[in-house]
Amino acid sequence: MPAPKTFTKFRDVQAELTRTGAAIFKDPEGKESLVIHYPYSILYIHSYAEDTPFFLGLAEGRLRGSRCTGPECRFVYATPRSHCMECGSATEWMDLPKRGRVHAWTTCHFGSEAFLKETPYNLALVEFDGADSLLLVRLKDATESELYIGMPVEAKFDPKPKYSITDVWFVPSAAPKARKAAR
Amino acid sequence: MAARSKGKQGAKSTEAVPELPRHRPSRRVFMVTGGVTKFAKAHPAMDFRLMVKRAYDYALKDVTNLTKDRIDGTRVSYFSDHFSRQLKAASMVQDYLGMNPKGSVRIEWGGATGGECFQAAFEAVASGRMDVCLAAGYETMSRVPTWKGNEFIALASDTNFDFPLGGFYTGYYALMVARHIYEYLRLTKFAHIKDEREAQRRAIEEGGRIMSLVSVKNHRNALHNPYAQYPKRLTVADVLASEMISYPITREQICTMSDGAAVAVLCSEERAREFTDRPVEITGVGTGTDTMRLADRPFGSVPLAPNERPTDYPNLPYPGVHSFRAGRSAGLEAYRMAGITDPKRELDFIELHDAYASSEIQTYEDLALCRYGEGYAFTESGAPFLTNVEYGFPVPRAGEIPVNPSGGLIACGHPVGATGLMQAVFAFWQLQGRIAKHFGDPTLQIEDAKRGLIHSHAGTGSAVTVSILERGF
Repeated sequence: MPAPKTFTKFRDVQAELTRTGAAIFKDPEGKESLVIHYPYSILYIHSYAEDTPFFLGLAEGRLRGSRCTGPECRFVYATPRSHCMECGSATEWMDLPKRGRVHAWTTCHFGSEAFLKETPYNLALVEFDGADSLLLVRLKDATESELYIGMPVEAKFDPKPKYSITDVWFVPSAAPKARKAAR
Repeated sequence: MAARSKGKQGAKSTEAVPELPRHRPSRRVFMVTGGVTKFAKAHPAMDFRLMVKRAYDYALKDVTNLTKDRIDGTRVSYFSDHFSRQLKAASMVQDYLGMNPKGSVRIEWGGATGGECFQAAFEAVASGRMDVCLAAGYETMSRVPTWKGNEFIALASDTNFDFPLGGFYTGYYALMVARHIYEYLRLTKFAHIKDEREAQRRAIEEGGRIMSLVSVKNHRNALHNPYAQYPKRLTVADVLASEMISYPITREQICTMSDGAAVAVLCSEERAREFTDRPVEITGVGTGTDTMRLADRPFGSVPLAPNERPTDYPNLPYPGVHSFRAGRSAGLEAYRMAGITDPKRELDFIELHDAYASSEIQTYEDLALCRYGEGYAFTESGAPFLTNVEYGFPVPRAGEIPVNPSGGLIACGHPVGATGLMQAVFAFWQLQGRIAKHFGDPTLQIEDAKRGLIHSHAGTGSAVTVSILERGF
């Protein structure tokens, strides 16, 4: 490898790293720092463990929440969990309605590195009749000017599941009449 | 709507406990000195050890009689191992400062890492385990590209249910402020507009404009703070015209990635008098938590501040995704310990965690500076602004309770593990009356400041720390 080139702008150091993998940064006081590219990648062996039925459900076109079995509680989770955070009882699996309403939404014009290429995309928290908590999803086929809180939406499922939360997404629902916004 | 009408969670998660215990430290704890490196986009010529060393040397030089051998141990904080690709990096700080074999632990609590480190040092002294404890924090976020950094931060969200959707913190905060705007502008100021989309569009516009006032305030305050990363003479129009990152949050309403370090030295009363004639007492600490996933936040009732009544919130589902229950909980705990019943009157200034302009407004309400729902009007009143900084718009009630006189995270930067400690150092200098000495500019000195609050916030509001600092001389 040839001797690293020296730069006074960090931006230029970064560009040089992309080319050669090494560069020297010289700061305004003349101090030199050797900077290199240092790759690091990990392949996780990730288990969904107790959340497994939710992800298998998506592959079958089912949206599954969980209901607390505590007789006094019966709390319904739209984002499932196997034990109730209110009373500590075990929960049981249940099917959520495939239609809900937008509780809050945003359009992301930037994102983490892993998702930059997918921008812009919408995120929405969805509320369901009969559930006490919400579900975070991607909301497709709607633009910023069309979206609003209270908008009826419905679930769509990936026919070729990737076993990820992205196997489900929501789109504006073709409901006959738009319900009034929440409250 | 289901999530709100059932009111189940209300009865269970946030039931009003009439008299919460007023916890007190076993003994009084004082801050005697602190130091901060200038926060910067990148400090390629310093690694984390040298940054901490610089802040530490500055702190030691600012007091007499305090030498390394007087320090009993340390608490060292940084947020993410990913940023430096070095696990157990806190040991390397301990080692570089020559602190071995004294006791030390690494503190990590998301965005509130620095605030938690400060409280860990407080606990070490309050419990009698140490007489003098060094709290040191840093982050070197420039070691990865910005969007990779965003990915690391987003990994502090549920990686089964949230992250794979496009995991992005600005997106999460945008969801929260969208609901905050809906609850507090759409349903009030714009209640008269019948067309739902139009009403919400107008409310979001108004919310965005008011968030921009916060951004202008913090960037302009920072013009007088030499430690700040991005001091700017912005206008509301500049803020609104900056790039849309996640609707409705624009680039100038968000803090940035930074490299930086900060330290604080805490000690017992006896030691404090040996080191300085201007010690600052930590009279209250509080922490609060909430669910990691926004989707799981309850719709219950508001834990009331001493200056609030149940009739203030007859129908407010709380916290939902619009407010930070962890911030409310941390604030109330710290107020109880410090004996504060009317925070706006009894505090002289606040340094709070404005990672987003929106979360500053939400936090005004959590800390009971105004009631829930009044954050936008409170901002517009000018109450959190300074009297001697020109903002380019009227601030009639400026000086009532200055918030982020230093410029906050938005303008100073947010090297996560250092941020909460940076707030402690700026608050400490305020209470000592020595802003001019350390900033080389007296503008940001709040006259006769006797009591201040610092607030550190993590993971979409999943953890918050609040500490109260008071002049101890």
